[in-house]
Amino acid sequence: MERTDTADGPSKVMSMKEAVAAFVHDGATVSIEGFTHLVPTAAGHEIIRQGRKDLTVVRMTADIVVDQMIAAGCVSRLVSSFVGNSSAGSLGELRRRIERADPAPLAFEEYSHYGMVCRYLAGSQRLPFYPLRSYGGSDLPGVNSDLRKVTSPYPGPDGEQEQIYVVPPVNPDVTIIHAQRADRRGNTQIWGLTGIQAEAVYAADKAIVVVEEIVEDEVVRSDPNRTLVPSHAVDAVVVCPRGAHPSFAQGYYDRDNAFYRAWSHISRDPERLREWLAEWVYGTADHAEYVDKLGEDFWAGLAVGEALSEPVNYGRRL
Amino acid sequence: MTTTAPEAAATSSELLSVVASRELAARRTVFAGIGLPTLATELARLTVAPQIEVVYESGVCGAHPSHLPETIADAVLISGAEAVLSMPALFGCVLQGGHIDVGFLGAAQIDRWGNLNTSVIGDWENPTVRLPGSGGAIEVMANSREVFVVMRRHDPRSFTETLDFCTTPGPDRAIAEGIRPLGAGVTRVITELGILARSGVGEELRLVAVQPGVTVEQVREATGWDLRVAGSVGTVPPPTGAELRLLREDVDPGRVYLR
Repeated sequence: MERTDTADGPSKVMSMKEAVAAFVHDGATVSIEGFTHLVPTAAGHEIIRQGRKDLTVVRMTADIVVDQMIAAGCVSRLVSSFVGNSSAGSLGELRRRIERADPAPLAFEEYSHYGMVCRYLAGSQRLPFYPLRSYGGSDLPGVNSDLRKVTSPYPGPDGEQEQIYVVPPVNPDVTIIHAQRADRRGNTQIWGLTGIQAEAVYAADKAIVVVEEIVEDEVVRSDPNRTLVPSHAVDAVVVCPRGAHPSFAQGYYDRDNAFYRAWSHISRDPERLREWLAEWVYGTADHAEYVDKLGEDFWAGLAVGEALSEPVNYGRRL
Repeated sequence: MTTTAPEAAATSSELLSVVASRELAARRTVFAGIGLPTLATELARLTVAPQIEVVYESGVCGAHPSHLPETIADAVLISGAEAVLSMPALFGCVLQGGHIDVGFLGAAQIDRWGNLNTSVIGDWENPTVRLPGSGGAIEVMANSREVFVVMRRHDPRSFTETLDFCTTPGPDRAIAEGIRPLGAGVTRVITELGILARSGVGEELRLVAVQPGVTVEQVREATGWDLRVAGSVGTVPPPTGAELRLLREDVDPGRVYLR
């Protein structure tokens, strides 16, 4: 039923398996966004299951799902502004790769958060670069030649010539985001932390939106301001409840802080990490199995109560 | 729920939080991460800075959390918040637009000018330890009116003559490269040994106060450069019973950060 095309256009609903097979190719540049909130973990796991290789991953906060994708041998290059396990510790695989090329090197392009934001802004607007008041005096331009300084064509506040750093656009082959809900055509609604998801989608050639639930068109249209990404920017809509675990989906389930802490220990030991992937990713056919394997008691521990917003009146012509 | 006697001696976390909270007097907008900055800003709200507004790197402004947040993106920060901004709005308009009075930063290494390293220990290409990197620290430093640094360790490995790598430059390094940032850079460094301060461009950090029982010489020995000392070095007043009571009973009763 969810595949049924609507009167306003074709349904883009597909399975995670189909979406990853169709839009994530070996050697591709893949942006995975969601700033702590709505991290598309289930999509990362399906990329691992399908054995993608040589990906360039672009992600502001490279965290657990990136560590898992690196460990599974999917990633050869990482573009990021924060490579840590949130505030809970380290990413073991990423550190082994960067510190000791163990078991293989990982190319790393280091930015700051706003540097990454500006790359998405330039990418989404098809601009040649984007200026920002960062990086002056930093050692980062010395190790990242894409951080370049230009002279502003306009006088600065003091009337003198002004120098400013710029970053290049990023245009991923595909961007993957997770959201609370969308309609069948991909009008995607997000609330809570919205991060850089909209710009990351518009910067990309293709976009996969993974959602907690598909809703009827009327639900989206009752609150159009909540649509962060409109249908025209979306190529696939994947229904995947609890697909952001161990991160959270505002109003749906809470963050699994215990798993964040556990990951520092799991990832520190390569053998333990390999076993984790074997059991929880390769050992599950899809995310529904992963969710079932965790069990309802586990999910009850991440349940959240209601905090409803007051409805707004969009009005109607009388 | 156990109630701690206010007379109990302050732990390291409590001491750092109390000292940092006092420095927030009269400040309005604070860009803060999770941990000690959370405690310091929440305590300041109850004491010296009732009007304080915390802006989180996740985009939350004016949070009214039901529970002490465990991350900068904790769901409890969003429910009931005054605003939640996108990343371009947060970094572009709020930070670069000059709306932050005080930014809190941490670091693995700091030097005498308040430049910070959060990228690597060792060489960037072949690091001994790969650290998380900038996050938004470069932007916080460049654009906040001033920056407070709370350091849990005060030793020559953390307070270094030369950084292994300068991730986050203070304004002096930026100006040397022909770029003028908005802010003054690091103006306070708070540690278990004392308080270092500088007022802005062209000034290095100086020891302005020691914690009770700590000597000037101890602080100089724990610092990897030839630390300058202010004309008169004060002693930091120890946390009061009232400050500790607020911290323990109102700010962090579950002792999430007061470990």
